[in-house]
Amino acid sequence: MLSSLASRRPGPVASIGLALVALVVFWLAVNFVKAPGDWIEVLLIGLTLGCIYALVALGYTLVYGILELINFAHGDVFMLGGMISISIAASFGLKAGAADLWPLVIVVLLLSMIACGTINAAIEFIAYRPLRGAPRLAPLITAIGMSFIIEDVGLVWKGPNYINFPDVLPTSNIFSVGGVAVSWTTPIALLITVPVLLALLYLVQETRQGKAMRATAQDMEASAIMGINVNRTISFTFVLAGSLAGAAGLVYSLTETTVRFDQGFQLGLIAFTSAVLGGIGNLPGAVLGAILIGLIQAFNEGLSWNAPGSDWTQSIVFSILILILVFRPEGLLGERTPEGG
Amino acid sequence: MAGGDEVGFRNRMRARWASRPAARRAAVVVAVEAAASVGFYRLDHSLGYGAAVVFTILWMRKVPALPWRLGLQCAFLTLFALGSAFGSASLSIVIIFGLAFALSWIPHHTKLRVPLGGGGRRSLPITRSWALPVAALLIAVSYPFYATRLFTIPIFGAFPDVGTGVVIVVFVMMAVGLNIVVGYAGLLDLGYVAFYATGAYTAAWLASAQFAGQKCPTPGVSIADCTVAAVPRHSFSLGGIGVPMGTGGFHVSIFLVLLIAGLITAAFGIVIGLPTLRLRGDYLAIVTLGFGEILPQVARNGDNLGGFNLTNGPNGITPLDSPGFGNHLSNLTSGVLPSNYLTCCKTSLFGHHIGSADIFFWTALVLLVFTVFCSLRLRESRLGRAWVAIREDETAAAAMGIPLMRTKTWAYASGAFFGGIAGAYYASFKSATFPGDFFFNISVFILCMVILGGMGNIWGVIVGAAFLEYLDREGLANTGDWINRHIHVGGWHPNLDVPLYSSGIYGVIIVAVMLFRPEGLLPSKRRAAELHDVEPHDKPLYDLQHEGA
Repeated sequence: MLSSLASRRPGPVASIGLALVALVVFWLAVNFVKAPGDWIEVLLIGLTLGCIYALVALGYTLVYGILELINFAHGDVFMLGGMISISIAASFGLKAGAADLWPLVIVVLLLSMIACGTINAAIEFIAYRPLRGAPRLAPLITAIGMSFIIEDVGLVWKGPNYINFPDVLPTSNIFSVGGVAVSWTTPIALLITVPVLLALLYLVQETRQGKAMRATAQDMEASAIMGINVNRTISFTFVLAGSLAGAAGLVYSLTETTVRFDQGFQLGLIAFTSAVLGGIGNLPGAVLGAILIGLIQAFNEGLSWNAPGSDWTQSIVFSILILILVFRPEGLLGERTPEGG
Repeated sequence: MAGGDEVGFRNRMRARWASRPAARRAAVVVAVEAAASVGFYRLDHSLGYGAAVVFTILWMRKVPALPWRLGLQCAFLTLFALGSAFGSASLSIVIIFGLAFALSWIPHHTKLRVPLGGGGRRSLPITRSWALPVAALLIAVSYPFYATRLFTIPIFGAFPDVGTGVVIVVFVMMAVGLNIVVGYAGLLDLGYVAFYATGAYTAAWLASAQFAGQKCPTPGVSIADCTVAAVPRHSFSLGGIGVPMGTGGFHVSIFLVLLIAGLITAAFGIVIGLPTLRLRGDYLAIVTLGFGEILPQVARNGDNLGGFNLTNGPNGITPLDSPGFGNHLSNLTSGVLPSNYLTCCKTSLFGHHIGSADIFFWTALVLLVFTVFCSLRLRESRLGRAWVAIREDETAAAAMGIPLMRTKTWAYASGAFFGGIAGAYYASFKSATFPGDFFFNISVFILCMVILGGMGNIWGVIVGAAFLEYLDREGLANTGDWINRHIHVGGWHPNLDVPLYSSGIYGVIIVAVMLFRPEGLLPSKRRAAELHDVEPHDKPLYDLQHEGA
């Protein structure tokens, strides 16, 4: 891939793109020189965000890979995951420093994943399955409707205000390097995210069910002929995507400690951008894109020298989305499909 | 397929029902109707009467001879009207059902036919195609005269006042504009609010003191050292109405502003469209969504773009100039065209004092009629037929020589044009524009109007949009009140704040329509066929079972 890039002289669009990237790198370098401590801190925040985005983006990419459907409701399932985690955590009475804290967090994680997986599969069954043969835009419009409905479920359930996760993370720092204190947030996000990602990769690459998923994604009719239960495979994909959203919900509420009913949609759109950036339908691509977007957001909001600031985060993220879709719809790691352009 | 089973089940149930004796079927229906009427009566008296009237009239359809049937139905309605005039039932129910009943008697087919475009081969029966729109327009135009004297609708509460009517008409206009993009050309636009915002801000820039700037009246003294009151640096007026002396900034007549806003928004649509329209449908939806999210943020942060105040940030731009025709035109037409909408009017007509809201309402109606007319003519034009062809099969359309990009861009530009005009007029009506008005929810809300009414059918879109906007403004709150007052289980009252859940309600509407009636409530025939007969090529070429037998 790299060689093919090198062998070709970059066109005007590619040159402008490279110039933009060079500018960003220069900006990062200047910021690093000016305040290295802040820079590292912001990097860690970006990694935490990236982990959450990666979990949500994988859900988008899994569903898109198999149904070619942008599941707008996915971000709201993530929001429900946060609310479910908070409810369960509150009912368990999680306390900072308790001996059984981490086993209980694992239990909350599993319960949240199961709940969100079930919800996501139910959404597919109710709203998308009846439209399996319909024109492409029909399920897309339905997905927007479902997203609004789930948002309101959160609103009815928890009310219009922020709800809080019990503050269980140790406030002390793990260690500090050269004046940069590393708190618990990032390592914990990584500790939860990485195993979940590895489990997912194993599931998709190595198991029989994963094979069925990949086959269905490639050609639904042919895999049905080969004896794969397409409906079950799709349901399984939605369960998988939903449980990832559930995990993201826990990580988010654990690290950010607050959740509100309308946070899912925005975060979902950013996560979707990550999936597109990495190449939609491509699992490692989604993770790469999510980390990149997380870093971009954190750097934009945290750096002090010439950063546009959090007022412009959305605009930057969506500009990236539009530019990627227009100039490289296959994303960073994806492959150009005949109809992808 | 699951759909096949469902249809089979439905057919089986239908056959079982038909096989019962006629008397028993009638008894079951009467029992159900009576129960429903009693149920409705318990909820709201006039609802119960209304249900009874409808059921009775439906039963009278069984009378075979037409004159007898008509006579019987009319007699029944008259009797009921007389009874309700002296009794307890609300007269409103009688009027509503009487009107619906009268409308149902406008014949579908008459000998008189008007030719439509396309070589004169197609035609529509004149009554339905002209009588209904003209009647609807007359009812709408005269609305200010009887709005305050109308009865209360059961559950939904009072009819909207004329000010709300202006908003409803503006949103109907936007829905009709979006219908060009979504309904005709089949391009899903999730960022229509961007066009609305562009129109609104164009109006604000061209008819307010936003770009006045300041300078010191004493020559050669900077504003910081100025000792007397500063005056505006820039001032430009072209038919601006009601602008106090000494106000700076651009002040252009509203009617020019509407046109300019439409053109700028259309140009903006082309700029967005050119790079993105070659994307596949769902990618296009996402890109438009992205623009719809970026633009309000630019508006929100636009009070300091490199030191320049473009949009006045979260405070918005306010006030805008009042619309009006100016003194000259007003005198020329001896006051028929008002010179200034806000200070209008001192005349009374048919015992109704005409206020400025009425003038705003009528202007909005004129704009709406213009939009609908253009939209209808566009549909029949060469361009419109190309849109439909692209919607139905892009590949086939391209093979037939339709330039895809150009045709889609035109759809985008036309939709944007009307969205821009609507946005500009709305901003001028509110005399303000705020970045908070342009959320993603609005895009979905307008999309919901188009879907509910029936994508592609302009009458359906108008009805759907008017109904939904009314719900959004007043209907939901009224309905919530009604539910809270009337529905309780024992001592438990729901105490709902219904408008809070509006977006969820739109979600339910979208999902329900897409699942059960994807062509909308008043579908265009062509679109319905497209949505229901999804894969015609899936029918087997040879029917092996019959072939073998």
